[in-house]
Amino acid sequence: MRPRLTLPLIKISLMSADHDTPALPVTIYTPESRLQHPARMLREMLADLHTGRELAWRLAVRDISAQYRQTALGILWAFILPLANTLTWIFLNSSGVVAMAETALPFPVYVFTGTMLWAIFMDAVNAPLQTTIAAKSLLTKLNFPREALLVSGVYQTLFNAGIKVALLLAVLPLMGIELGWSLLLFPVALLSLVLFGTAFGLVLTPIGVLYTDIGKGLPLLMQFLMYLTPVVFAMPKEGVAAVVFMLNPVSPILLTARDWLTAMPADYLAGFLIANLLALLLLAAVLIVYRLAMPILIERMSA
Amino acid sequence: MAEDTLIQVEGVSKKFCRGLKRSLWYGVQDLGNELRGRAHAHLDELRPEEFWALRDINFEVKRGECIGLLGRNGAGKSTLLKVLTGLIKPDAGRALTRGRVGALIELGGGFNPILSGRENIYIGGSVLGFSQAEIQKKFDEIVAFSELEDFIDMPVQNYSSGMKVRLGFSVAVNLEPDVLFLDEVLAVGDAGFRIKSYNKMSELLSRCAVVFVSHSMTVVARVCSSVALLKNGHVVYLGNDVASGIEQYLDMFDSGPMMIEFNEKAQLHNIRVGCDRGGDHEDDVPSFRYQDDLYIEMDATVDAGHSAFYVAFSIVDKDMKPVAQYASNNFEQEFRNTGESMRIRINVPQCLLTNGEYSLNIALAEPFDRDVGGNELSQTLALYKNCARFKVQGFRGTQWAPFHLPCRVEIDSHNAN
Repeated sequence: MRPRLTLPLIKISLMSADHDTPALPVTIYTPESRLQHPARMLREMLADLHTGRELAWRLAVRDISAQYRQTALGILWAFILPLANTLTWIFLNSSGVVAMAETALPFPVYVFTGTMLWAIFMDAVNAPLQTTIAAKSLLTKLNFPREALLVSGVYQTLFNAGIKVALLLAVLPLMGIELGWSLLLFPVALLSLVLFGTAFGLVLTPIGVLYTDIGKGLPLLMQFLMYLTPVVFAMPKEGVAAVVFMLNPVSPILLTARDWLTAMPADYLAGFLIANLLALLLLAAVLIVYRLAMPILIERMSA
Repeated sequence: MAEDTLIQVEGVSKKFCRGLKRSLWYGVQDLGNELRGRAHAHLDELRPEEFWALRDINFEVKRGECIGLLGRNGAGKSTLLKVLTGLIKPDAGRALTRGRVGALIELGGGFNPILSGRENIYIGGSVLGFSQAEIQKKFDEIVAFSELEDFIDMPVQNYSSGMKVRLGFSVAVNLEPDVLFLDEVLAVGDAGFRIKSYNKMSELLSRCAVVFVSHSMTVVARVCSSVALLKNGHVVYLGNDVASGIEQYLDMFDSGPMMIEFNEKAQLHNIRVGCDRGGDHEDDVPSFRYQDDLYIEMDATVDAGHSAFYVAFSIVDKDMKPVAQYASNNFEQEFRNTGESMRIRINVPQCLLTNGEYSLNIALAEPFDRDVGGNELSQTLALYKNCARFKVQGFRGTQWAPFHLPCRVEIDSHNAN
């Protein structure tokens, strides 16, 4: 038989390599909705959340250091806005332009804690959409556990919240507030504030990635929402406003956080628990939506 | 042996939409269907403004194989890679990969410019699903391969594009993937790194299934064991005959018109390539057999002011790569000019070119001096580029070089006294 060289040498050398193949993980992509196999999807989601931990941490460290690297004021930006808000409302109140209902706390303390906590909530709401859009170039080029983006967003929110809380703890005693044992419970309230904010932000994320209208409209919506939450106003006692304030799930969370922070008796514990339960359910649902939506969104991003 | 098939693509199709507004709205619809647990609506029909970016793509890649994806810009190569890596969902069919996937889809993709190369290696590694400890173990190897030791703590935004590719490629190949997707990434590396990369790819191939997108046919011919040629989202050629796939890809491009770069001092007409045997003609391009005796004929006039001239030509393949050259003065053949019109015939005995389409550049020049090294200096009288085309056919066997030499092998037994 005539020997026939069919391939260049480099290719021939490859064929001889031997190796034992362990069972390899199989990945299959099909047009079917992944909701067809909910168990598998949940398993994969949990696995991704697990493998994404390290990535989330690295992304968060990266973004936090990048966030303040090109600013002159540095971490001051974490509380300049709520501080300015506080001063505005204190001025409006003291000059009598706006008359406020009586609060158990002195009004400056009430507004200061309110706006700071609200700022933390707002950070949490903004984070999912922001981190997803900022990662566009990564998302369209690499397949990675995308949940890591959300976790990284939570880390960043918590970091910025830490700065605000440190400021609160430093300033409150100067304003004549004695910190008490209930402060130990405050981290729980802080976490539920972030939890609820993240879940709410995630609801808007899939559509927000497609239509920038969401991103543009969100500050407006948040401002509106702020006036329906006891941030600067006390809880109304009666009327339509009272109902709206009561139905607003952010109210009990914010009130409880403030109460624990300022050693006041927590009057809205029942509402706080219900709101947390709701937030957990909502978060689980929107996490699934986020996961299902991602390939579809990426397709339209790169289109 | 299904275990060894690491990539399986079965009937994969993908629709894209031309208009942005519509595209976004379809996105919302698809999202709604996905959330209701349904596949996308109207799976097999196009909605207004949609087109098939990929249509019914089928192929398999086993461990140890490298498939080259060829096609013009916009043929669907990158879209296919995006489906395979799970970035986007197929609209029909099934894409399966086995094992760990390494991908380098776009130049500098996935790097954070503010962070250093070191930090980016860790991020890149964890994006591919490796733990801190695993990356730690491979770190030195990655850096050594990329040859970026001195720059590893510099922000990536200060890297040149070549350096980014080095880093990205090093991360992708050194973390021992089972499946590797490479999209036109090595074009910017310098020659040294390219050679190193091809060698690394060859080494990886024994453990890996590779899908390789490139517009450099030299590279495809070198690393790929099969090719898939895409045209408007369809596979028009799929097979192990890499040379033929490349040929068909290059046939998609018009080689362009003849270019007269210079003809002020001499003019050429009726340039043609022929064969005494006759040769075959198909679509205006004459085609000959491997080992045919060819000739190149032309009518020429040279300005009377130039007393002597010589003839030179070069043969260029469809990839614009010069594959052969000739200049008559190298064989002491110089001709006297009478100023009259003449016919020039260059005999090319036993053409050893392998199958393919080639084009011809022809020059006439006048020697006028010798430099210190004894090389002849000359003045170009005329230069005609792409002035005749011809095909070679009938070479049997796999080809990966432009020439096949008609060698003879002699074997003597050592034991014979």
